[in-house]
Amino acid sequence: MSYVQGATGEWEVVIGLEVHAQVVSQAKLFSGAATVFGSEPNSQVSLVDAAFPGMLPVINRVCIEQAVRTGLGLKAQINLFSVFDRKNYFYADLPAGYQISQFTQPIVGHGEIILDLPDGSTRTVGITRLHLEQDAGKSLHDQHPSKTYVDLNRAGVALMEIVSEPDMRTAEEAAAYLRKLRAILRYLGSCDGNMEEGSMRADVNVSVRRPGGPLGTRTETKNVNSIRYVQQAIEFEVERQIEVLEGGGTIKQETRLWDTVKHVTRSMRSKEEAHDYRYFPDPDLLPLQLDQGWVDAIAATLPELPDDKKARFQEQYKLSLYDAGVLVADQASADYYEAVARGRDPKLAANWVIVELFGALNRLGKDIADSPVSADKLGGLIDLIVDNTISGRIAKDVFLAMLETGKSAADLVEERGLRQVTDTGAIDQAIDQVLAANPDKLAEYKAGKEKLFGFFIGQIMKMTQGKANPALVNELLTRKLQA
Amino acid sequence: MSELTQLTLAAALKGLDRGDFTAAELTESHIAAVAAARPLNAFITETFDRARQQATASDARRVQGTAGPLDGAPLAIKDLFCTEGVQTTAGSAILKGFVPTYESTVTARLFRDGAVMLGKANLDEFAMGSSNITSHYGPVISPWTGKAPADAVRKLVPGGSSGGSAAAVAARCALGATGTDTGGSIRQPAAFTGIVGLKPTYGRCSRWGIIAFASSLDQAGPMTRTVEDAAIMLRSMAGYDPKDSTSVDRPVPDYAAALTGDIRGLRVGIPAEYRVDGTDPEIAALWQQGIDWLRAAGAEPVDIHLPHTKYALPTYYIVAPAECSSNLSRYDGVRFGVRVPGDSLAEMYENTRAAGFGAEVRRRILIGTYVLSAGYYDAYYLKAQKVRTRIAEDFRRAFEQCDVILTPTAPSAAFAIGERMDDPVTMYLNDVFTVPASLAGLPGLSVPAGLSSKALPLGLQLIGRPFDEETLIRVGGVLETAAGFHTRPPFIAGEV
Amino acid sequence: MSLDKATVAKIAHLARIKVPEADQDHLAQELSAILAFVAQLDEVDTEGVAPMTSVVEHALRWRDDVIDDGGNVERVVSNAPEQVAGFYVVPKVVE
Ligand SMILES: [Mg+2]
Ligand SMILES: [Zn+2]
Repeated sequence: MSYVQGATGEWEVVIGLEVHAQVVSQAKLFSGAATVFGSEPNSQVSLVDAAFPGMLPVINRVCIEQAVRTGLGLKAQINLFSVFDRKNYFYADLPAGYQISQFTQPIVGHGEIILDLPDGSTRTVGITRLHLEQDAGKSLHDQHPSKTYVDLNRAGVALMEIVSEPDMRTAEEAAAYLRKLRAILRYLGSCDGNMEEGSMRADVNVSVRRPGGPLGTRTETKNVNSIRYVQQAIEFEVERQIEVLEGGGTIKQETRLWDTVKHVTRSMRSKEEAHDYRYFPDPDLLPLQLDQGWVDAIAATLPELPDDKKARFQEQYKLSLYDAGVLVADQASADYYEAVARGRDPKLAANWVIVELFGALNRLGKDIADSPVSADKLGGLIDLIVDNTISGRIAKDVFLAMLETGKSAADLVEERGLRQVTDTGAIDQAIDQVLAANPDKLAEYKAGKEKLFGFFIGQIMKMTQGKANPALVNELLTRKLQA
Repeated sequence: MSELTQLTLAAALKGLDRGDFTAAELTESHIAAVAAARPLNAFITETFDRARQQATASDARRVQGTAGPLDGAPLAIKDLFCTEGVQTTAGSAILKGFVPTYESTVTARLFRDGAVMLGKANLDEFAMGSSNITSHYGPVISPWTGKAPADAVRKLVPGGSSGGSAAAVAARCALGATGTDTGGSIRQPAAFTGIVGLKPTYGRCSRWGIIAFASSLDQAGPMTRTVEDAAIMLRSMAGYDPKDSTSVDRPVPDYAAALTGDIRGLRVGIPAEYRVDGTDPEIAALWQQGIDWLRAAGAEPVDIHLPHTKYALPTYYIVAPAECSSNLSRYDGVRFGVRVPGDSLAEMYENTRAAGFGAEVRRRILIGTYVLSAGYYDAYYLKAQKVRTRIAEDFRRAFEQCDVILTPTAPSAAFAIGERMDDPVTMYLNDVFTVPASLAGLPGLSVPAGLSSKALPLGLQLIGRPFDEETLIRVGGVLETAAGFHTRPPFIAGEV
Repeated sequence: MSLDKATVAKIAHLARIKVPEADQDHLAQELSAILAFVAQLDEVDTEGVAPMTSVVEHALRWRDDVIDDGGNVERVVSNAPEQVAGFYVVPKVVE
């Protein structure tokens, strides 16, 4: 257990996360308006979303399916009977004056997520529940000195609110939780996990207590939209709360805001007044009843999820826990790797994918989905190494050329004449030339300066433009020097 | 004035079919009647130009042989139904000037079948009331005056909330009207004005495009001068609507075909608990008369019990305000309707809603807010929904013993405008006989059955099993024939 | 159950309806009378009774995931008391 050292002793940090994940669907949760973002204000708004008089909600089948898929992916209880409630409050971007959500009877009950921690260990975090609800619209406060502008394009988009148990103890665990949850959602295709565009946001609940002591008062920092910010917000809150408590103060249970400019949390003025949401079942909707057979049919279509895939990679490809973990972090990487590894040395494939490809993508700021080198082409490169057409060193140059040109390894090797020299005559000739050109070095070597072996190798490789088979060069040079 | 306005809907449709007159002529007569009846204040918005266009189009369809079942029939539309391009107010100041860009499903069906809209009928604000005195656009005056002379100062209420619809039909301004019923708002004004009012089973008519009062109770239905006319209108209004999650996917029968006149062997339940204290003895007598009429026609009266009847009104006055407090949150001065400025968003909301809503609406929103609020939800709202289950069970059990239930529609005849206004609870008692069926979602039909000693109409109510509107219509037809209620109100459009 | 002035003020604010202080007493009385009337329900035994969720006995129907609405800004803002460039406009909100 990792505690935080304060001025007066140790503190235990308790963290719970509520994640709002936007459901992948064409249309909104209760209307036929589109869900894509970035359009003209109020252009993706049905009169249902804008709560015009007499408008009624009708639920979107795919949104229910996605919630159930996600529940199954979180190994959670699927509730065959759930209820939509109205959460009543007034706000400019909440057109009906209530949000349709699920309160006492959510569609998904208790589940769990296994965190993969940087030290290779794992930790299980409980999922309290997952429920479906409507997103609100967007208020723009900076367009006019005394006015707020309201755009309802987002209003009514389906969200899954995924609530964790207060099982996390460090900011790193919270980050690991979000990464894992995002990976699972992406594997399932139920949320694109794009935090920058707001399709995944976290409400961060933090409190501190003396180790083993009673729970402290928590604060909730709303709508934090990157994993890094979540970590920073937790760190800020922990420090702030400990300071307050050690100074003899008390923590106020409140809603806070993450200031992305000043990197601090601060009290939210608009949410300060006590809320009384007056939840009650939405009389416009009947209870949602699911058929077990229907749920089972969805379960049958679930993809292999990260934890299972990781175990299989370790087993099937004999990969290390670390390599397997890196490769399954997202579906596209795992698929890419498997395509490269098919019929090839799995460890060599893992090295090339993790070190060279991921390294290159990182430098280029590109996603695996738009990798300039396809799995097929990377496989082709590896084949050339294995059959000794090129050396591993040349392969790295070829790979760089592949990234630039998109050409296949074979074409580049041919085009640039990079085929490895395995002709002993040619290598012998190069050795002779190098030794002849460096009589002083040769003398020093013979006198006992064996370090110069590497110098000769370098010169020979240079002379053959790196194409000479390194093992052969090594063998022939040794033989010649001993002669 | 014109004989055409005296026709029933059924007779008018036959006349159009035979070519006795055109839809244009029929509509002109009714336009004149609406204009002549302006002192009743039955309409908030008149739509004469549109009516004339619709009538002309209807005549063209009849020539082409493509006329629908209601083709050319001039109707009044309660101003709770959103009508495309026509101001829709719900009787409230807050929606003054609101012009929907959409048509409610029910009115769209009526127009699909050829109906002509004369105008938007007045109502209690947001359908909250039993007297039609809460409308921002002024009270509706009943065409009935009782024994007082027609020019008497004492003006009677038409009942509510569908008071404008009821008055328009009773005064011969329209062949029929749409109403909505949440706790009795079709049946009670029908009884007060001597017409027929049918509240269908919850889920029978789509609620899409009807301004919501209490979503779990609201139901649209026809208001007409005969049971047959109600059957004809309902056939056009009813039907499944995929846009309303609570709409039920069942075929719509030819309701008029249910008017066989034969009720032999039918068991008619008489609930002991409806003999409530303080019921007008005339009402009790009329009820007995109704039982006798049905027995004479071969039906078998059966004593039944609905033990939770007395709890229906208190249940209703928790459930309906709770739902309305949430349903009416959307009237906030942002996207439609009237706005009263304020320095902050909260102040703008508070100013807008204080000025935009009348006293009764504000009262119900506040009660509803209270019963849903933290610490009170279980004691009020949850409790009421449990009692509601009990009330529905009462009916389910009763319908094991009987096929239809007969009760009075209202505990009294119409009262004067200004009476019973000081105490909301007394006003709520008007709905004592209609609310139980509303809470259980059951169909109810009010048929005019007689006149009080003060010469005011009284109605009898039939309550049926879910989706058994046909039995209500069949029995209603027999009651109608037996009662032979043909008295016309003292105020007939164009005759005074 | 009777309701005091302070409670009236509280629920009036929750409901966003301005109630002048002068009206609060009167309103408290009216609302208390209604609450006294509905208090009769305490007499009913509802032990083990499920609250009614809907009078309609059928399953909730689902819509298909198709885009068949939206795309008409004019329709959405044409009735608004204040609008600019397709946005609804309200007094400034401070977060
Ligand atoms: Mg939350
Ligand atoms: Zn939420």
